Amino acid sequence: MTTDIKMQKKQEDAMSTTTPTRAPHQDVPTGHTEEGRVGAGLFDPKQLVRSLPEAFRKLDPRVLVKSPVMFVVLVGSALTTVFSFKDPGDWFGWTISAWLWLTVIFANLAEAVAEGRGKAQADTLRKAKTDTVARRLTKDGKSEEQVPGTELTVGDLVVCEAGDIIPGDGDVVEGVASVDESAITGESAPVIRESGGDRSAVTGGTKVLSDCIVIKITTKPGETFIDRMIALVEGAARQKTPNEIALSILLASLTIVFLLAVATLPPFAEYAGSHLTMVVLVALLVCLIPTTIGALLSAIGIAGMDRLVQRNVLAMSGRAVEAAGDVSTLLLDKTGTITLGNRQASEFVPVQGTTEAEVADAAQLSSLADETPEGRSVVVLAKEKYGLRERHQGELAQAEWIAFTAQARMSGVDVDGRKIRKGAAGSVITWVQEQGGTVADDAHTLTNRISEAGGTPLLVAVEDTEGARVLGVIHLKDVVKEGMRERFVELRGMGIKTVMITGDNPLTAKAIAEEAGVDDFLAEATPEDKMALIKREQAGGKLVAMTGDGTNDAPALAQADVGVAMNTGTSAAKEAGNMVDLDSNPTKLIEIVEIGKQLLITRGALTTFSIANDVAKYFAIIPALFAAVYPGLDKLNIMHLSSPDSAILSAVIFNALIIIALVPLALRGVRYRPMSADKMLRRNLGIYGIGGLIAPFIGIKIIDLLISLIPGIG
Amino acid sequence: MSPVLADVLQVTALIAALALVHRPLGDYMAAVFQSKKHLCVERWIYRSVGADPDTEMRWPAYLRGVLVFCAVSVLFLYLLMRVQDKLPLSLGFRPISPDQAFNTAASFVSNTNWQSYSGEVAMSHVTQTMGLATQNFVSAAVGIAVAVALVRGFARSRTGDLGNFWSDLVRCIIRILIPGSIVAAVLLIAAGAIQNFGDIHHLTTLTGQQQAISPGAVASQEAIKDLGTNGGGFFNANSAHPFENPNGFTNLLEIFLLLVIPFSLPRAFGKMVGSVKQGYAIVAAMGAIWFVGVVAVTWLEYAHPGTASQLAGGAMEGKEQRFGEGPSSLFSVSTTMTSTGSVNSFHDSFSGLSGGVLLMGMMLGEIAPGGTGSGLYGMLIMAIIAVFIAGLMVGRTPEYLGKKIGTREIKLAACYILVTPALVLIGTAVAMALPDGKDAMTNIGAHGFSEALYAYTSASNNNGSAFAGFGANTEFFNTTLGLCMTLGRFLPMVFVLALAASLAEQNPVPATAGTLRTENPLFVGLLVGAMVIITGLTFFPVLALGPLAEGLAV
Repeated sequence: MTTDIKMQKKQEDAMSTTTPTRAPHQDVPTGHTEEGRVGAGLFDPKQLVRSLPEAFRKLDPRVLVKSPVMFVVLVGSALTTVFSFKDPGDWFGWTISAWLWLTVIFANLAEAVAEGRGKAQADTLRKAKTDTVARRLTKDGKSEEQVPGTELTVGDLVVCEAGDIIPGDGDVVEGVASVDESAITGESAPVIRESGGDRSAVTGGTKVLSDCIVIKITTKPGETFIDRMIALVEGAARQKTPNEIALSILLASLTIVFLLAVATLPPFAEYAGSHLTMVVLVALLVCLIPTTIGALLSAIGIAGMDRLVQRNVLAMSGRAVEAAGDVSTLLLDKTGTITLGNRQASEFVPVQGTTEAEVADAAQLSSLADETPEGRSVVVLAKEKYGLRERHQGELAQAEWIAFTAQARMSGVDVDGRKIRKGAAGSVITWVQEQGGTVADDAHTLTNRISEAGGTPLLVAVEDTEGARVLGVIHLKDVVKEGMRERFVELRGMGIKTVMITGDNPLTAKAIAEEAGVDDFLAEATPEDKMALIKREQAGGKLVAMTGDGTNDAPALAQADVGVAMNTGTSAAKEAGNMVDLDSNPTKLIEIVEIGKQLLITRGALTTFSIANDVAKYFAIIPALFAAVYPGLDKLNIMHLSSPDSAILSAVIFNALIIIALVPLALRGVRYRPMSADKMLRRNLGIYGIGGLIAPFIGIKIIDLLISLIPGIG
Repeated sequence: MSPVLADVLQVTALIAALALVHRPLGDYMAAVFQSKKHLCVERWIYRSVGADPDTEMRWPAYLRGVLVFCAVSVLFLYLLMRVQDKLPLSLGFRPISPDQAFNTAASFVSNTNWQSYSGEVAMSHVTQTMGLATQNFVSAAVGIAVAVALVRGFARSRTGDLGNFWSDLVRCIIRILIPGSIVAAVLLIAAGAIQNFGDIHHLTTLTGQQQAISPGAVASQEAIKDLGTNGGGFFNANSAHPFENPNGFTNLLEIFLLLVIPFSLPRAFGKMVGSVKQGYAIVAAMGAIWFVGVVAVTWLEYAHPGTASQLAGGAMEGKEQRFGEGPSSLFSVSTTMTSTGSVNSFHDSFSGLSGGVLLMGMMLGEIAPGGTGSGLYGMLIMAIIAVFIAGLMVGRTPEYLGKKIGTREIKLAACYILVTPALVLIGTAVAMALPDGKDAMTNIGAHGFSEALYAYTSASNNNGSAFAGFGANTEFFNTTLGLCMTLGRFLPMVFVLALAASLAEQNPVPATAGTLRTENPLFVGLLVGAMVIITGLTFFPVLALGPLAEGLAV
């Protein structure tokens, strides 16, 4: 994927989250691209050069000691250098020392590059975090005082007018305003923030564009959302995750094993009649200990978080990202996640004695004064399906328009002596009866049928010379987003169960659940029900992920193993979840799970690769060390390396270069596609296990050939 | 019948017999450890030692039971050997020296049965039966008890209880080892092994020399020696001695005996965790390594170059004519891979590369199929390591049998796999750095090094077999090898029991399509591959300087 395409895609993603009338396919990823869905993370070789100074800074032993494997290499490099000073004429010692230092620097470089990508993002955020002056309301609430934003305390009330930068995180307690949150979300379209309800949270560093609001500060300066974001993307707050710690322990124990194997070698070699120099021993040790994964381990972790940040998701801890990979139950809100969120007219059904075209015409006329999304969809359907041109209210003279109101639950028009009404079944039936008309029997049958199918029926009625009567029914339907069904099939294949959460009645819920292909649903869901469901799943040993935005979602978000709060949500929800989606796109939960898995797979794959590599290194080094005293061991030199020195050097060089070669993979993550564990294991074992066995044989041989071309060596 | 065909038939018969027996025996063992009832004789034992067999133990209590019991055993055995001349049926033997008594006590209590003495000229009837034969039973039972505790760790959830050590120990002896040994002893006696408490016979041979023929309760000790994967022979020549192993049938029977419990325990494991398939996967991994070992050694011995060898049909030095190439190779691989350590031929005389295979069998950590109990827990630890690496590759926190392999679990498993390599390498290095190592060798060059390496590998992995040429009865070797045996046995047990507790405390994760399956051939292959590569990498340098240098020189 080129940069341009990626940028474009990002823009699309961004657009799709704010435009309510987005096309159904836009926010569902477009199947498998070349790099896999969660490939992402481009790698620019220039980054390596830019990160070099940082890589040297990281040579500090106090920093390196956190990675036991690389610390051993550092000590080894220092040792060989000291021994080379003792014997300055020995080119071999110097060359080995140089490559050992390079090994450490390459490892630091990998980490520096991974961090560098976050730093750029952090700089952008810092710009938003300029020092603001807050207009704080005094205790009596009557007057304002000017205080620096950094001196605000929790509970302070501040006033923000158009043009002001909001001085800290808080909730709107008075007024309504449009706010530019592009500093955080990268999204230029303004959002509405108002007191009360689920859209009251504002974030420090964002800008009020219109109107005036009073904000109650909820976070201490220095701990605001933007501060946490900066820390997160910079990696300053990065702590090793449980799984990373477990892997580090395994790597450390392998390092100890190899340290023993190498440290006990001198007496054995002495007995065999060969003397091993310190340089050779260190070279052997560094080749054996798992340097590849040891060097890339932290870069993999940082890059994993970074992949989330690139998707505008902020994970509050690496632990949450890891947990995402383990999730076995996904709770998905129906509205906005599985369905488009708005019911849309899908067909016109006439009662006996009328035609579909009549119903369509009446429905369109009566919906012109209905500005709700449902009303608009009727007009759209009439145009698309029956070719009825949209008429404007001004076109029809003497028409009396009855706009839709929540109280009347009807809209309509009186024109040319005809009264046309459209609305909720109950309201329309009452209207028909008030006009002295009758309601056809099949009108009831039709509405019931539509209800049972999970749809919402709207009745269309008319009163004219023939009296008042029902013409037909509009079928309003929740439209399932395109591609969701396939997504759920994939998830099932990965062993993840999907549960749809909805406030609808069980009948409607069931119909939509079947259409979307989710495994289960929770109808008429209250926050308590949600909580109970999560606890039930967790008691069965499952990890649960969910999204939420309202204050009443907060307890469930906190209980879930992965709780993704929408950025548009309340601060309570954002506080409770362990991730925040800045795009407020609940479908992203699926991507988050995939990123979590990809992170673990990358670690496992590189560990396997690293261990498998050792086999070839032994075949290079052991004959080089001992073929002189036991000529039979030369049979192990199956690569036919040109000389003992060249063999050892080739192994060390390969060991260093493979780190750089794998940096892009570590940053990008291994290719991930949803499939069963079995298939995935077979595939990754093939690539990284078998590949890891074979690759170094080829690599070392090539390096040896090049070395042997250098005059005076080999 | 050609010898090769005979070998193939023998191996086939052995595998068939094991396949036939492992299922009922495994099911029976699972039932024994899950039963709530106590036998009358067991109640009597519990009362006499003051143990309550119904209290559930948490891991520290279970471990305390193991360690206290074994410490008392070492002390008792040590004293017995030090005062054997003052006890009845002493046969006139002198007390054993302190260092050798320590070595022998450590050896028998740790189920190693390394012998730096010759049984027939050093140990009295009382020491042999009251001391050594008793340990043959209890040391095997301790291993099984610890394995059962680990299996309970997988089978149980949200509890710290691992069962009751005393009950596991006593049941294992009373219900499994004693009945099994009786059957085995009767079969051995019927086939020609000796069983008596007579005095030494003094004979004059045809050449006029004096020879002393030692009698003893050989068949009974032979039975438990193999069944409990002990390996300490009544005679110095061990199963090469015609009184212990008179003919081809007893040879095959003994191989069967030493393999039968280790190969049946995975079935019991499968039963106890509620999925026999999981047991089959473990048995398949064990069997695959064992089978490859048998084929490799047999082939290498037949193919041994040299005129003498080829005229004899293979390398016959150090092997019994009664058995020949195939059965000797089969015995050697089975005994080194089960931590038994009894021998029917001199491993010292095997070709360089064969010696390497035997060494590798022990270096794997005695898991293919390994000792009674220790084989199963060793293999389960390796499975945990394999699951951890492979589990990451399917994108989930690794889990085995529904239990997550987290930081604590991997820490304990990593400690476990560190113990024996550390003991082997450091032990051998110390011996080689001091004059002691070279003094004890009876060979020079790479083969001499193999002898020293073999001694420490065998002791640390609780095998007990020796490259017979190695003169290990010195204060230095008795002490260092004794330490290797003790640490190699009991340190891993500490980690296994702690791990069992940490698994038992977990809430199981249900298996889904996203879970790594651990009962299919792919996983078996992965497990074997991971074990061979990790062990191979650890020991490649020493194997290169010993067996490979020798074997590839030819």
